[in-house]
Amino acid sequence: MNINWANVFDVMSLVKCFVVGGIICIIGQILIDKTKLTPARILVLFVTLGAVLGGLGIYKYLVDFAGCGATVPLTGFGYNLAKGAIEGVQEMGLLGAFTGGVKASAGGIASAVLFGYFASLISKPKMKKQ
Amino acid sequence: MNPIESQETYKQYVDKKSPNSPILKNCFNAFWVGGLICTIGQIIFNICQERQIDETSCGTIVSIILIGISAFLTGLNIFNKIGKFAGAGSLIPITGFANSIVSPAMEYKSEGYVMGVGGKMFTVAGPVLVFGISASIIVGLIYIIFNTQSITLV
Repeated sequence: MNINWANVFDVMSLVKCFVVGGIICIIGQILIDKTKLTPARILVLFVTLGAVLGGLGIYKYLVDFAGCGATVPLTGFGYNLAKGAIEGVQEMGLLGAFTGGVKASAGGIASAVLFGYFASLISKPKMKKQ
Repeated sequence: MNPIESQETYKQYVDKKSPNSPILKNCFNAFWVGGLICTIGQIIFNICQERQIDETSCGTIVSIILIGISAFLTGLNIFNKIGKFAGAGSLIPITGFANSIVSPAMEYKSEGYVMGVGGKMFTVAGPVLVFGISASIIVGLIYIIFNTQSITLV
């Protein structure tokens, strides 16, 4: 299949993506430097924030504007979960609220489990430097 | 050498010795590394779209590829170096999620392959999934309450 590389490297979409993704990371960096939140808590905060903003319908505008700049950060993971839950409700009601979110992000979760396990297996346990 | 007597003097001593974290430099590094990771994602996404794959699947493919790359880079001890340099730039994108699964698993490898690797994988990713999935279900339930027409009996 022919790929139009001009569309792949569309400068405008890449710049928007770069800037928005970078700004989201700056917010995270400020939280790391200025508060005592541990990285784990920041990840949880970002996912939950993304789910809430996704549920309110706000995050969609950012995704439309920046594409992967909004979906690749963990807020996008939360947004994806919330979007899936809403679509699940539209498709099959109450049951969809429970199945939709995980279904929408199943690819990411499952691949993280599999690749994570394999990568741990191939890794050499490093000696702690004194 | 004088022993450190009170908490006050100790605090001053620590402040003097610890390097002050240069927040501007950290933010700059986080910005361009984070932006770069997102841009790589966007390029993969665009290639998928050129191949006439629907948008939802494109997003999933991007996540899987980025998670795979960062998981193996963590396993090879490369990702930790990037993380030290970029801070949130590599933590906040989905690569940080994969990293948070692999690094504790590596650390507890000596405790065995089932409870060590399999169990400790989720020390950081577990809370992320718990809060993320719970929030999504709550969003779905709230959506039902505010859109009563959408309820079809299950």
